[in-house]
Amino acid sequence: MTLKTLRWLAFAAIALFMAGPLIVVAGVSVNEKQSLTFPPQGFSWAWYGQIFTDEGWRASLVASVVLAALAAALAVLVALPLSWFLWRRVAPWANVFRLLGVAPFILPPVITALGLLTFWATIGFYGQPWTAIISHAIFFVTLPLVTLSLGFSSIDRSLVEAAATMGADDRTVLRTVILPLILPYLVSGYAFAFVLSLNEYIVAYMTVGFTMETLPVKIFNALRYGYTPTMAAVSVFFVAIAALVFGLIARFGNLPRLLGAMSSQEE
Amino acid sequence: MRREPPRTLADYAPLAFPAIMLVVFFVIPFSTMIAVSFFRRQQGGFYTPDFVLDNYARFLSAFFGGVLGFSLMLAVMVAVICVSIGFPFTYLLTKASRRAQIVWLVCILSVLSLSEVIIGFAWSTLFSRTAGITNLLVAVGLMAEPRALLPGFGAVLTGMVYQALPYTILVLYPSLVRLDPTLLEAARTLGASPLRGFFNIIVPAQRNTIVATLIMVFVFALGCYLLPQILGRPQHWTLSVLITDQAIYQSNMPFAAAMAVFLVLISLALVGLTLLIGGTGRQHHDA
Repeated sequence: MTLKTLRWLAFAAIALFMAGPLIVVAGVSVNEKQSLTFPPQGFSWAWYGQIFTDEGWRASLVASVVLAALAAALAVLVALPLSWFLWRRVAPWANVFRLLGVAPFILPPVITALGLLTFWATIGFYGQPWTAIISHAIFFVTLPLVTLSLGFSSIDRSLVEAAATMGADDRTVLRTVILPLILPYLVSGYAFAFVLSLNEYIVAYMTVGFTMETLPVKIFNALRYGYTPTMAAVSVFFVAIAALVFGLIARFGNLPRLLGAMSSQEE
Repeated sequence: MRREPPRTLADYAPLAFPAIMLVVFFVIPFSTMIAVSFFRRQQGGFYTPDFVLDNYARFLSAFFGGVLGFSLMLAVMVAVICVSIGFPFTYLLTKASRRAQIVWLVCILSVLSLSEVIIGFAWSTLFSRTAGITNLLVAVGLMAEPRALLPGFGAVLTGMVYQALPYTILVLYPSLVRLDPTLLEAARTLGASPLRGFFNIIVPAQRNTIVATLIMVFVFALGCYLLPQILGRPQHWTLSVLITDQAIYQSNMPFAAAMAVFLVLISLALVGLTLLIGGTGRQHHDA
């Protein structure tokens, strides 16, 4: 057997394993009646419509999207000055903050979730929707931190020096040279954090689970009362969003480089 | 612009917001959790500040020992399976065209970002009686009638491997991309088959990467908290599930916090071990 056949077989097997459950879910989501059968009986887009028309599902969708958009923005706001400082200054002790930013991502998620739950409960804000935004921002700050650190390390310092020689001060250099150069890394960091926040369950559940139902929390609650094709439709919707976002990053950025750096950071 | 040490207060200013955020919303919550693990539990889900070791003493029970043993065993199995499948696959992937690699990476990232809830739901559908794979086996005549394959240990293990495999591939990818292609070429010139070259040259050369990845995937699998609930029975619950259960449903925060502290210690010890291996691996590489 040649390497080529072997590779083809391995790729087909892994592709089937990865896509299998999603194919079944996609099939289930177009059932005509409210039952989970596969292959689907009849064909209907109605369950997809229900994500937007049913009040409960729509509220969860809005809650999830707003949470993800704001949490990812806050994560970038924390990561940007930190990674800029680490790149601009010689201050080895400041790496402690990089470590703090990466820690929630490496430790089992239930730990961060429980820490935040005890914290919000202790200071009396447990269940407030805005606490979820801060919680998710801290939980996912790793992603923009890693992409931005990579972006800064790829800047040619002679460019910055040239600007400084021509009389630009720190602020002008930042605005006219550095920000345009790191913009792609900033956008991908935001996108990674956005997609992961959209899918996050345990932190959202432990901090605001009883006052605000994000989509993953809603799906899990719905699992207990029996299955509906709407859950399948939401799942397909999520896979599509993730594929779209990562596809865009791959189209406009350098995905292999982005991933190569990410994992060497985690090692 | 040369890198300089910060001198004036203004030089430190950019650090202020990130430092405050990380200290207030990560360091303090983390410390709160450690403090709560020593608190005394009151009736009705409340707890009062104290310094008792009762919550840690509960670790000595047979029940907790069982859950801990099961969690560790499950995480080891997931890590071994994922690396055994992921390593050869990632190696083949790095040999594919750049375009093919990018398509695969997009798909792998999409699966990796999936919520555990969705993975659990997808596999519970695939293993169900009405929509599951057994229907396919019935259709081709291998089975008499469809049946449910869950809840059970096999279902939990499959779901967790599904969740951890994309992670494994992404952890392995950078080291395997940078692998020196002349290594295998040399082996091939000397007459080794591709398979032999892979096992005798590539695998030993990547020994440190493999061990580090096993540990990373092990820690990742320890964090799994929903799949055992959706796909398994109560005896398949892991430490992460038990922590959630104690915190939310049993309202026993001190005990949940104590278990979480314990889980942090295990994870930190293992991550430290990975760093150590990574360090020696790099030295080895430089030499």
